[in-house]
This record gives sequence, structure tokens and C-alpha cells, in this order.
Amino acid sequence: MAAAKSTSLPLSRRQLLKTGAALGLGTAALGLRPAWANPWGQAAGYPQGVETGPDLALAIRRDTLPIAGKTARPISINGTSPGPLIRLKEGQDAVLRVTNLLEEPTSIHWHGMILPPGMDGVPGLSFAGIAPGETFTYRFPVRQSGTYWYHSHSGLQEQLGHAGPLVIDAAEREPFRYDREHVLLLTDWTFEDPASVFRNLKLGEGYYNFQERTVADFFADVEQHGFADTAAQRAMWARMRMSSRDIADVTGSTYTYLLNGHAPSDNWTALFKPGETLRLRIINGSAMSYFDMRIPGLKMTVVAADGQPVQPVPVDEFRIGVAETYDVLVTPKDDGAYPLFAESMDRSGFALGTLAPRLGMTAAVPARRRIADRGMEAMGAHGDMNMSGMDHSKIAGMDHSGMQGMDHAEVPGMDGMASPQAGTMLPVGVAQPGSRYDQAGIGLDPTERRVLVYRDLKAFAPWPDRRPPGRELELHLTGNMERYMWSFDGKKFSEVTGPIHFEKDERLRLILVNDTMMEHPIHLHGMWMELENGAGDLIPRKHTLNVKPGERVSALITADAEGSWAFHCHLLYHMDAGMFRVVKVA
Amino acid sequence: MKSKTIVIGTGSTLAMLMAAGAQASDGYDAPASWPSPMAEHSQASVLVDRLEYASPDKGEDALVWDFQAWYGGDINRVYLKGEGENVQGDNEDAEFESLDLLYSRLIADFWELQGGIGYQGGIASNDHPERYFGVINLQGLAPYRVETDLSLRVSDEGDVSASLESEYDLRITQRTFLQPRLEVSAAADEVPEFGVGEGLNSVRTGLRLRYEVTRKLAPYVGGYWVKSYGDTADLARASGGATEDTGVVAGVRMWF
Repeated sequence: MAAAKSTSLPLSRRQLLKTGAALGLGTAALGLRPAWANPWGQAAGYPQGVETGPDLALAIRRDTLPIAGKTARPISINGTSPGPLIRLKEGQDAVLRVTNLLEEPTSIHWHGMILPPGMDGVPGLSFAGIAPGETFTYRFPVRQSGTYWYHSHSGLQEQLGHAGPLVIDAAEREPFRYDREHVLLLTDWTFEDPASVFRNLKLGEGYYNFQERTVADFFADVEQHGFADTAAQRAMWARMRMSSRDIADVTGSTYTYLLNGHAPSDNWTALFKPGETLRLRIINGSAMSYFDMRIPGLKMTVVAADGQPVQPVPVDEFRIGVAETYDVLVTPKDDGAYPLFAESMDRSGFALGTLAPRLGMTAAVPARRRIADRGMEAMGAHGDMNMSGMDHSKIAGMDHSGMQGMDHAEVPGMDGMASPQAGTMLPVGVAQPGSRYDQAGIGLDPTERRVLVYRDLKAFAPWPDRRPPGRELELHLTGNMERYMWSFDGKKFSEVTGPIHFEKDERLRLILVNDTMMEHPIHLHGMWMELENGAGDLIPRKHTLNVKPGERVSALITADAEGSWAFHCHLLYHMDAGMFRVVKVA
Repeated sequence: MKSKTIVIGTGSTLAMLMAAGAQASDGYDAPASWPSPMAEHSQASVLVDRLEYASPDKGEDALVWDFQAWYGGDINRVYLKGEGENVQGDNEDAEFESLDLLYSRLIADFWELQGGIGYQGGIASNDHPERYFGVINLQGLAPYRVETDLSLRVSDEGDVSASLESEYDLRITQRTFLQPRLEVSAAADEVPEFGVGEGLNSVRTGLRLRYEVTRKLAPYVGGYWVKSYGDTADLARASGGATEDTGVVAGVRMWF
């Protein structure tokens, strides 16, 4: 895989030439930024928005740019925010010169890339950071292909639009074909200072949540479920001092959700010719927002997850956690417009674009769904396991209230379940008890449409290291929502001494147990995590694992990357509040 | 003597805060000149829970305040809390019923234990008698989301008193809240100078309807009922005051 021969152009290049004539037409309409997000997709005709490797330069500065029709001060990369599409080719030796024109240190982390530790771009771990006025040169061999992204790992800069897509063209033909591709980068923009957002979360519990349960909801519930059940359910949440509507910390009350840097009202359009097969490279580059992505009227076929090819899964909708990427194929046959609809998980807003054969077309925007209430699975009880026989609509009676420092024995599915005995391990590739890979997550109704679940993800081919794990490492995801403290094993980053140790070249199983009632996208730098979703030899490789409330997720890791690596929740403010650890491979 | 206590109290509190700011750094490959991968933040905040004009049935109108300001991290904080009033038309200066400087430590997910020194008296004049306290507070969010502040005080004369304040927010709409409020005070010793009797002193309940223009600024209207008991009631009667009263209030809750 290391040596690249450039005799065969990647498939996408050829398509590009084929559609070259058509590209000229859109020029006038393309005053839009960033240019890689132009409506004809990948386009050599408009290279200013695509930075093509192996050798390229990026300048980071604070710019005045309009966002959603208002003046904003985002961080720009080569004049755009989010930044340009960086396009590299598998087998290249990339040389990325990053110049900091900000008044504070900055960095770029290449999310999902397997590279030397000094090139990973995490200040304090990989390097000192890039000082104002300084240029740092990242050099690394490109040993993988697929859809990734990049972003700042300094402070809260990511929230200011310091992010962009990263596409690596495969050296060899990928296991699927398409005629045209579009990159869809989802972000969340706020006109507030990110430091104020963080402070508001710290000081005002539920600060951004304007969808809490009210007295009116109570009476509506009484009518539907009766007084006793409603009161019991309310009392349970109140007793635990939690909110069943705590779905997202930061919401549409401050966020404008962007698709390729464009607000829904901009009607950013991705073009196609009827009958073409399109590859949509969908990246959740937001700071805090999970999205549910669908294109009403089109079946999507998921062909890659976190950059890695998977066996095709036809779906109507998928949830994309923060920092995850999915590649889907769609084949619109009609000469009509389709909405690219990415609804935030808490239903407080959406990112929107249009997939259309011509500019200026619009599609009917789907109605937003109502916010869902968290059920008992968020409380650490697992509905399918030991609680069968219990009416799931009645949460009353649930008493697993100790969220922090929860006893191992209370972990979902662990009691009353054939759990692994001490000293023995499950076979490789088998789903852990307590996992819910077959569930789509809060607010998604699988009976309504076909929704992607983690169990659907099967690697296209088995990965080389088939060794069983030599040891198991279990980490709990913990938090105190009243204080907005987030941590692993009850300790914030500032409270732990020293890193998590991986032995060089060992094969280990990492088990993540979510003791909180929020989803956490957990990201390990430098190494892949093979998600043990029950797919046996074909368990998929990911860089970011979404762990649902009360869920237990396990992944196999080959610790082949010597050095210190960041390991953290990819919700920006969770990370900043302490849900961050260092993994040292030595 | 008293000011010396304040200085020592403040100094030791600050020292404890500094010690809490240490970074995890051992065991990494990082040179010392590199920044910590994640910074630890301290915050400062001021909450004016009540700033209101109160108009009782009996007695004089008053401007009433209840605030708390703090600085610190997640676990260790320094608090300045104050409650008091300026009775209109009594030709007397405003009075702090309490002004406390406290060190606070998070001892459970929802609870802070606070300790420090307190003051009661006039603000700038000699209109009101003065005294100092040692104060211990348990402040936090009780089950069912009841904001609770339980306070135990020992005065510089050795008099012991206790008080409980609790508030609950009932969400009418996303921005409108109905807030019942309860204050109970009791004392182990009689201190006539401050109108404090032995045993249960008084119970005060209130109801406020607040509208959050923003999360940080919320005007409200409301009413209250207050009654004094036992020796405290006797003291009130002796000084010509009422032992039971109701009133209406209008004010603003804000934080920044």
C-alpha cells in the first residue's frame, strides 16, 4: 500500500474530465464560498477551493465573512470558512505547510489519519502548537484512502469554523462505482463567542434548551397515560435532578446549522444529471451536533464509514455523530429537486441543501420532528435485557439513579445476563452484552423508515491483524451535568496523573461504558478502533465511536503507533470540560 | 481583631484555590515548554437571585436583595453572598442581614459545603447593630430539583442560629417559571438586639412568577407571607411590629 504508482488516475479524475464541459456553465453562479462546495462537485475547473496535495500551503486567519446573511468573524483557512477541501492521494508523501496568521496559537489535526505522532497536530502532545506568525510543516505518508476531515485542536477554535474536509483518493479502485461526487460538510455556527457558550453551559444548566417539559406537557401526558404514570415518570426524573429532554447541550437556539458553510436559507445546491450515481461524502464537522441525515425520495446506500469501505447498506436515514463520516451512493432518476436534510438530534434545527439537476430549484423541506424524551435506557437500564416484561413506556420503578461512579454491576445488561466471567473474554468480533448496536438511537423510529444502525456496518474485507485481544481495558464515560463536568472514570483530565498505557504492538480490547445520559462520540487518535458489533471477521474499523446513554461498546485496537495520542469525547465542550485522556503507546 | 480574621480567612481560601489548579503532566513525552493539551478553566459569576421592591400590608416598603458571587473551578470556589434590605422611609441606612465570605467545596454531585465568615449590620452608618459569624453552609440541589441552602451560624458572642432557604422552579412555558420559595429560621439563643428569640424564629413563604427575557435576565412579580413565632414574635410585638404579614413584590433575577 505504501508505494504509489500514478499511472492510473483515480476514477474520480476521469469522471471529472468527462463532466468538464458541464462545469463551465455553473461559473457565474459560483460566487459562493467555499469553492470546493460548488454545485458540480469535484471540479478541476475551480481549483481555488480545492487544495490538492501532495504539497500545499494553508493560511489560517480571522476573517469577516457573511454567515446566514449576517456579518460573522470566523476563522478562515485560505480565505474560506469552513476551510478548503484538501485532496490527497493514497501513497503520496504529503507536505502541508500551515501558517498561523491569528493572534493566538493554532493547530490542525488530521482527523482519522494514521500518521507519525509528531504530525497529529495536538498541541501539548504532538507538538507545541503553531505560534502566531509561525509556519509549521506537516509531513506524513498517506497510507489510507476515503473521506476524512481536519480541524483545530487548540482551545475552542473548531467552533469558529476552523475545520474542513479531507479526501484521500484511493490508489486502487474502490469497491463501488459512481459518476459524480459531492462533499457535504455539516457544521454548527454560533454568533456567540465559544468561550461564552462554554461558560453558559457551565453556569446555567439547560441554558440552551428551550424544549424542556412544561406544565402543559404534563397535562397532555396525564390525558394520554393517566395521572399516576405521568406523575411517577416526572417524579423519577425530578428525583434524579435530570431532564428527559436533555438531548443536546447546545441547540438551534444559538446554532445556525450549516451545510458546506451555508445556512438553510442559502439553498446551497449540489447538481446531478438524472440517472447518474452520486457519491456523497458526508462529514459531521460540527462542534456539538449530532445530525439525522436523509434525502426524502432517495434511497441512500452506505458504502463507507469513517473513510473505510463497508459492505453496502441501503438506508433511508442515518444518524451521524460528531466527527464521524459516511459515504453514501444515491441515484436520482427524476429531473427534480431533493432536499439534503440533516436534522439536529434534538430537533431544534437542521442543515439543508438541495440536490437538483439545475441551480435555482428547491425541494419541499420535510417537517421537523418533535423532540424525543429520553427513556430508561438513558438511566443505565437496558430495555431488551433484564427489564423485559416491564412496560417500556413506564419509566416508573427504575431506580438506577447513581449516574456517576456507577457500580460496574449496574452496567446495562451486566446483571441477569450471561456476562463474561472474570478472567475470560468474549471471542473476537462478538458484540458485548450491554451494547445496543441494533438500535438507531433516541428520536429515530425504525418502523417509519430504514435507519442505519451500527450492527449494519460490516467491513468490506477483514483487516490484517486477526489476533485475539491480549487484555481488556474498561473505561467509563462519566459526567456531572449540573456542573458540566465531563470525564473518564469520574476524573477530568486535570485530575488524572499520567496517560493510559498501551504496550507497543499489543492487541487489546477497549470497552467503553457510558454512565451518562448523553451520547458521546469517542475518538482515538493515531490508531483504528475495530468496533465489535457482532460482525465477526468483518467488524468495521472506525476512528470515532458513538456511545449511546447507558451503552457498553467495545473495540479492538492494534497498538502499533508508538507515541502519545489524544483520546477524547468529540463534543467540543465535553472535551474542554475534561473528557480527555492521553494514550501512550510504548 | 475582626478584620484580621477576614484577612486570614481570605488568604487561606485563595491558597486552597491555587493548589487546586495543578495540571496533569507526568508520564507524557511532552517537553515542559509545551502547553497542557487541555486547559483547566476557572470561572467567575454573579447571581442576583432577587432584587425586588417589596410592599408589605403592614410596615414600610423595602428594597430587598439576595445575591451570590463566586470565583473558582468545578470543585473549589470562593463565594461572596449577601442578603439585605433598605426599608424605605425609616430614615435608616440599608442593612445586610448577612454578608458572607465563604470557601466552597463540591462534596457530592449536587452539593457544596461552604465555610467562612459572615457579617450582619449596616452598610456605611451606625444605624444598625453589628455582629460577626462563623458560617457553615450546605448549598445545592436536592432531589426533585429543590434549590437548597442550609446555613448554621455562630456569632462572635457565641449565639447559635440556623436557617433554611429553598426554591423550586415550575416550568410553565420554556421561559416562564413559577417559583415557590421557603425560608425558615431558628435560633438556639435569644439575641433581643437583633429581634432573635429562642427556638423557631420565623417562616416566610413566597411565590414568584418570572419571565426569562434571556436566561440571564428575568423580571418577576410575586407575593409572600411571613410569620414569626415564639419569643421572636414576642420581641416583635414589644417593638411594635407585626408578627404576621403579607406583601407583594416586583423585581428582577439576573446573572452574569
